[in-house]
Amino acid sequence: MSGFAALVSRDLRLVWRRPGDVAVVLAFFVVATTLFPLGIGPEANVLARIASGVLWCAALFAALLSLDRLFAADFEDGTLDLLLLAPWPLELAALAKCGAHWIVTGLPLALLAPFLGVAFGLDRDSLLALAATLLVGTPTLSLIGGLAAALTLGARKSGALLALLALPLCVPTLIFGAGAVEALATGGDFGAHLAVLAALALVALATTPWAIAAALRQAGE
Amino acid sequence: MATSLLEVADLACRRGGRKVFERLSFSLAAGEMLTLMGRNGSGKTTLLRALALLVRPEVGMIHWQGVDVRAEPEAWRGRIAWLGHLEGLKGDLSVAENLLSAERLRGVPSAEDRLDSALVAFDLSSLAARAVRTLSAGQRRRTALARVVLAQAPLWLLDEPLNALDVPAQAAFRAALEKHLAAGGLAIAATHANLGVAGRMLELSRQT
Amino acid sequence: MADLHFLANPARFRRFSQRVLPSLAFATALMLLVGLYMALIQSPPDYQQGDTVRIMFVHVPSAWLAMAGYALLAGLGAALLIWRHPLAALMARASAPVGAGFCAVCLLTGSLWGRPMWGAYWVWDARLTSMLLLFFLYLGHIALSRAYDEPERGDRAAAILALIGVVNLPIIKFSVDWWNTLHQPASVARLGGPSIHPSILIPLLWMAVTLFMLFVLLVLLRTDTEIDRRRLENAEQQA
Repeated sequence: MSGFAALVSRDLRLVWRRPGDVAVVLAFFVVATTLFPLGIGPEANVLARIASGVLWCAALFAALLSLDRLFAADFEDGTLDLLLLAPWPLELAALAKCGAHWIVTGLPLALLAPFLGVAFGLDRDSLLALAATLLVGTPTLSLIGGLAAALTLGARKSGALLALLALPLCVPTLIFGAGAVEALATGGDFGAHLAVLAALALVALATTPWAIAAALRQAGE
Repeated sequence: MATSLLEVADLACRRGGRKVFERLSFSLAAGEMLTLMGRNGSGKTTLLRALALLVRPEVGMIHWQGVDVRAEPEAWRGRIAWLGHLEGLKGDLSVAENLLSAERLRGVPSAEDRLDSALVAFDLSSLAARAVRTLSAGQRRRTALARVVLAQAPLWLLDEPLNALDVPAQAAFRAALEKHLAAGGLAIAATHANLGVAGRMLELSRQT
Repeated sequence: MADLHFLANPARFRRFSQRVLPSLAFATALMLLVGLYMALIQSPPDYQQGDTVRIMFVHVPSAWLAMAGYALLAGLGAALLIWRHPLAALMARASAPVGAGFCAVCLLTGSLWGRPMWGAYWVWDARLTSMLLLFFLYLGHIALSRAYDEPERGDRAAAILALIGVVNLPIIKFSVDWWNTLHQPASVARLGGPSIHPSILIPLLWMAVTLFMLFVLLVLLRTDTEIDRRRLENAEQQA
């Protein structure tokens, strides 16, 4: 287990040395969401109606943007070989990488989203619900995106390809994440949505580390 | 004759439909060194990666103390200290951080007490706090070699260890290698330069 | 390594496919002619949908084949990753565009059917939306398998993707159904129901068998081509 903790702390330390990389992702999130009122118009009831969907989509794109380098940096400087040769399961290393990614991307996105929700005229309950769904849902995005990042390691045009691979697989999380906030506003069952969101995260947790490890091994060949 | 620790028999690897090498057999006992010679593209790197199980061989066996290494891949990986043609260093971390984090990734929580001797061996003490991205190519190679020494693994797999090293650094490497072998370690190095260390030689020729 | 199956060896597959292909092509063409007669002329128009019901004879089997095609990709992916079957990679490479093609046919015919029935070429119907996402999964598979300079790497990456995709497909279907019932009360007309009249069922099944044969024919043909292509590439590498 000490290897797992070491990998998480190493990745966090690397991000800490270059905080700009995370700041750019968060700035993208803010700018992208700001464009919607500008494109659609400032009508308060329309904005409140689309807020959860817009913020969820923007969070999804922001998370994917930052995933491009998740394994590519290790691949290029040779540290991926050290991970492949570490005497503990590569599946855990995959999980550690995605976990570190979530801490520096999913978590700040979830904390930032309610503030942007205010600009869309969401009420207090909806803002809290938005943060809750993002907290539960973004780990799935980090795992699925991590898989796409591992699969496209060393491929031509990996950035756009990564999005093409990850987006269809992220659809269920998007539906239940944005749907949960809407359910709260329209008197639907918020708890059920959140439960499904958590179930999706567990499915991703159970399946993606193996697939990521397999993808990393074949990238090492 | 000493009993051999590492036994490789009938190993063959294929890349993209092309046989890189086949019917490769050798064995190494404690304290022995094997130098892989051969031209570019003869499969030296592929052989090293196959021994580390980074590349799946097509056929053949790799035994350590008589046991198939693929039966316990994690234990086998723990016995290997790896130096690839890429250094495996993080540019944003310092020399000391790189070495310690590599050890922690190997599941060794604290290597601080051994760090100094590894740094001294490659004359890196004054650079310990420098970010690797500010180092020269030779200094990086020395840092990677220090990582190999620090790992305290019985088998060293080295891909072109002398790359970018100046004469004093080459001497430091030779000293470290001889110490490793004298302590009963094994080493396999791919190189086209003379390492200057006594050992056996395996010439890989390009298959067509 | 011993071949697990007589098709494992590309050369033997070649001999098999070349023996089978001409008669399969002939049979498929014959089936198609009869099927089109049954579907377009013999079967009666639907009392609600009129002649547009005939679109279903292509639309529904295409949907089945698109789904079966993805399952095939996953199976071939498993064969490649577990047994390193050399033929599985080539066959996956050959069948992904065929499956995507049937998926596209399903989407196009669905939207053509939707114009008179729903009054719009595209409606966010649960089945159509799931099909669209399946099409995206196909696109990802095709793009990934061709994104590497080393084709073997693309094969293996796409195989992993197909396995994860097939696990996620039911989840995607379930969430799209859920999303659809929330956002759109189920008011759209659907083919089917508890009983389909034999006058429609028989041509539908006939066309399903015919299109299945077409699917197999195209996959065999394209696999042959992939074998040739891989041999050429290897020959170039050796030279």
